[in-house]
Amino acid sequence: MNHGSGGRATTQLVEELFLSAFDNEWLRPMDDQARCDLPAGRLVVATDAHVVSPLFFPGGDIGALAVHGTINDVAMAGATPLYLTAGFILEEGLPLADLKRIADSMAEAARSAGVAIIAGDTKVVERGKADGVFITTTGVGVVDPALDIHAHRARPRDCILVSGSMGDHGVAIMSEREHLSFDARILSDSAALHGLVADMVRAVPAIHCLRDPTRGGLATALNEIAEQSGVGMRIRESAIPIRAEVRAACEFLGLDPLYIANEGKLIAICSADDAGALLAVMRAHPLGAQAAIIGEVVADTLHFVEMETAFGGSRMVDWLAGDPLPRIC
Amino acid sequence: MDPRPRQDRYDGDNIRHWRVRVRGRVQGVGFRPFIYCRATELALAGWIRNDASGVVMEIQGPLPALDRFVSALSADAPPLARVERVDIEEQEVAAGLHGFAIRQSVGGRIDTAIPMDAATCGACLSEIFDTGDRRYRYPFINCSHCGPRYSIVTALPYDRHNTAMAPFALCEECRTEYEGPTDRRFHAEPVACAACGPRLALWDANGQEQAVGDVIAAAWSLMREGAIVAVKGIGGFHLMCDARNAATVAALRRRKGRLDKPFALLALNAGSLRHVAHVGGGERHALEGADRPIVLLRKAADCDGQLAGIADGLDRIGVMLAYTPIHYLLFHEAAGRPSGTQWLRGVEETLFVCTSANPGSEPLVTGNEEALARLSGLADAFVVHDRAIVSRCDDGVVRADGSGAVWMRRGRGQTPSSIRLRISGPAVLAVGAMLKNTICVTRGDEAFVSPHVGDLGNRRAYEAFEDTMASLTGLLGVDPQCVTHDRHPDYPSTLYAERLAAERGIVRIAVQHHHAHIAAVLAEHGLPGPALGVALDGVGYGTGGEMWGGELLSVQGAHFTRLGRMAPLPLPGGDRAAREPWRMAASVLHLLGRGAEIRHRFHDPATSVVARMLERRINAPLSTGAGRLFDAAAALLGVCEYASYEGQAAMMLEGLAARFGPLKPLEAGYTITGDGELSLLPTLDFLRTCPDPAGGAALFHATLAAGLAAWVGRAVEQTGLRQVALSGGCFANGILRQHVRLALEAQGVSVYGATQVPPNDGGLSLGQAWVALHTMQEGA
Ligand SMILES: [Fe+3]
Ligand SMILES: [Mg+2]
Ligand SMILES: [Zn+2]
Ligand SMILES: [Zn+2]
Repeated sequence: MNHGSGGRATTQLVEELFLSAFDNEWLRPMDDQARCDLPAGRLVVATDAHVVSPLFFPGGDIGALAVHGTINDVAMAGATPLYLTAGFILEEGLPLADLKRIADSMAEAARSAGVAIIAGDTKVVERGKADGVFITTTGVGVVDPALDIHAHRARPRDCILVSGSMGDHGVAIMSEREHLSFDARILSDSAALHGLVADMVRAVPAIHCLRDPTRGGLATALNEIAEQSGVGMRIRESAIPIRAEVRAACEFLGLDPLYIANEGKLIAICSADDAGALLAVMRAHPLGAQAAIIGEVVADTLHFVEMETAFGGSRMVDWLAGDPLPRIC
Repeated sequence: MDPRPRQDRYDGDNIRHWRVRVRGRVQGVGFRPFIYCRATELALAGWIRNDASGVVMEIQGPLPALDRFVSALSADAPPLARVERVDIEEQEVAAGLHGFAIRQSVGGRIDTAIPMDAATCGACLSEIFDTGDRRYRYPFINCSHCGPRYSIVTALPYDRHNTAMAPFALCEECRTEYEGPTDRRFHAEPVACAACGPRLALWDANGQEQAVGDVIAAAWSLMREGAIVAVKGIGGFHLMCDARNAATVAALRRRKGRLDKPFALLALNAGSLRHVAHVGGGERHALEGADRPIVLLRKAADCDGQLAGIADGLDRIGVMLAYTPIHYLLFHEAAGRPSGTQWLRGVEETLFVCTSANPGSEPLVTGNEEALARLSGLADAFVVHDRAIVSRCDDGVVRADGSGAVWMRRGRGQTPSSIRLRISGPAVLAVGAMLKNTICVTRGDEAFVSPHVGDLGNRRAYEAFEDTMASLTGLLGVDPQCVTHDRHPDYPSTLYAERLAAERGIVRIAVQHHHAHIAAVLAEHGLPGPALGVALDGVGYGTGGEMWGGELLSVQGAHFTRLGRMAPLPLPGGDRAAREPWRMAASVLHLLGRGAEIRHRFHDPATSVVARMLERRINAPLSTGAGRLFDAAAALLGVCEYASYEGQAAMMLEGLAARFGPLKPLEAGYTITGDGELSLLPTLDFLRTCPDPAGGAALFHATLAAGLAAWVGRAVEQTGLRQVALSGGCFANGILRQHVRLALEAQGVSVYGATQVPPNDGGLSLGQAWVALHTMQEGA
């Protein structure tokens, strides 16, 4: 693909590629906008920009990720995602075959999630001005107005649940990018969680908070919720599901799995009375089979997240300003 | 300057009336009875009382007697007193003033030194082992010259109602002693006896009080049979057991989850250490001080044979001597309850492991119920009592060989005494950094460094950090106008400082880590600067977010210039590299172009990944940290590939070097570039194939010291500065300290080191406070 004089031809080619991949009744008229009907409920909108290197990684690629990430952001309101739009920034020189692979993957991810990609745009930039492909997706959905799921609703004595193992995505990406070979191949957990969420809110409409621990991992997400809710948290290291191969890779790399990104996992917080029912319904769903209660919300004016370690000690799971920096003096 | 009024009005035996104010550590140390006795001896009339600034007295009598009285104030003061200042004001002579009285204390702005905890004194020991004394075997005996102070004070002035003794009403006999101006227990605030004072109790592992006739006898027999007993001490609980029982020591390691970190020993006296450790003159002095710190002694030849599992792999062992009546009573049981005090000077073979009872890296346990909850699974029994510990205080740790004492940790009995600064300003609160943390509060030109708070990695430690700030500012009566902290954005102390400054609207000053290390030394020596500084430690946040740790600075007050740095090394895995010295050796191999050797040389499953991390610079931040250089050397020599506690590799390396003896530096073992970068890579390359770990360790120390001296020498030429401060945790290493000092002094450079505060991060808060005071002064 090239940029400049041949731009128009390229754009046409690319648009056709997307059109045929995403094909649906809203795109087909080739208007500058899509008109769609919404079922009853409150409108939920989320937008997310996706950059990832490498573009293709074990367990996924940037296309599927762009669909899953935005669907998940909509779903974390307890909502049903309906439509997506997508904006693409393509770097000159990106092989057309790669682009087709990405488009097909997006289309497949959207189709299996029951969500349509109803509008989009593409720009090609000079070589070096982007890294292969950048994708921005916006998701639209509706939520039952009776649901009140917000990150500021965690209350002392609530239970904290996660839907499965932590750190898979980040480690998969890093191993692929840096050509690290570990004993077992680690796959990204990239997945759309709205089906799981639908089951959860049906069983326990009174869920207090939902969040997908993406960048910054579980640690950052819990600190954000603690801050927004004005509470503290106490979690147990032994209760947090982490795959043995992810744990081993993290030890090798000197990384803490709690700070590593996930793309198909969620954190749920609900009252202790509801926790059993919620855990059961999560475990009944394929994306929540490894779900676990990992700790409790506590009253704490300092909003600390503290973890009981495997050795019976405890440590603060703090909110980092950036990447983890060495501290041992 | 002589504080006395001018002598020119002297006219024979005329009567004068003076108001005398004494500042310093004069409360809770038997100062008022001392004054009472002197005044009575000299037939002076008047009164004395404690107030918030120390003691104040009025005395009236013939001028020569007044003169002698004032001379005696500091010359003959009681052992624990520290007279800092005497002010005298001439007053009108009062008619009909007779006798000398001790008056009720008054409060007000608190401006007195905080009294220190002190080891049981000789006079009390004579009583406690005298079968005819009413305090025979009473575990809470104390007097004006000994016993708990800081650890039981809730507020100043230091009076019984402001201590943990408030709930204990004095019995008739104790009251007579307490109120008798000539009595050794006159206003000894914790005074007590079996009839009216605190009592011991023995609990089993579940907190059930045991019906035993004699708690001490029962505790001793448990320990003799191999039990681990939690014993409530002065500043917190200890876990104690028989140090000669290897199986029990191993069990203690297992229960504490403490792999190799050495345990401290408790001994009856220095003479009992003959076959355990070498005790030099300075060390004996340190061991027997009223503050009874843990002294790091050089092991005797058959130490490990007798005491397996206490301090394996090191050439030093930490020992402290008995300092509470409970300790003495346990040794008394072990010795078979001899009568009199002769046995106290004999050899006692029994040694106890006496380790702070703090699960994980949490702060020391202080409360009875807290002990039960937090030490469950660790202790087989508990020796508790009903005198509360108000302020937590760990045992101090010191090295006292060679050129003066160097503190590794300030603790019970030394802190928080004041350090006089050459600068004054608004009250500053310095919050330290993250590990081995302390805080420092200034009041005028005095700096008060808190006891060791510990690593701020968990909630309890953080709470202890906040409690320490509240208690220190409260005791000193200051309201900080400025808060100062490290530049590391993620330290809990940094976040605390940011929050405090925002809430209170006070000044906030971030101080670079190594600037603070050097400033701490300048502060305690009263050097205004400019001076050179060598700061060697593990890691500290640089000015641009990069990792520093081997720095050559010139410091002048609020400003510093980085004149040089150690050649940076990548840390593959960040902090993990500090726990696994083999990673630092891998880093060196990589820099030597020998990355392919990593996987052959080490057997960790991560070798290939680490090699790759170094090639691709994945989570391998560059650091100039000198501590990691020791790690690399230790791992290249096969001395230590994994560290189970901080500084282990360096300590083991130092132990080997000490055993080997001095050695000349390696020829061309270091390089210094034009822009001041010191590299030890040639030495590390040599160590890579060095067959003798001890010789290699000695060579490493000698060459590093030579490199540092040359590095500083170059800066001396460039700047003309001839004073250098040495600081940072690496200077806990005695060989390095000694070598660098000698080499620099030979060049005519004056060398200053940390003496009152530790060279490690425990001293940072003092340096931060000093820099903050300069910053405010220069900004004003
Ligand atoms: Fe440091
Ligand atoms: Mg998002
Ligand atoms: Zn005494
Ligand atoms: Zn009594």
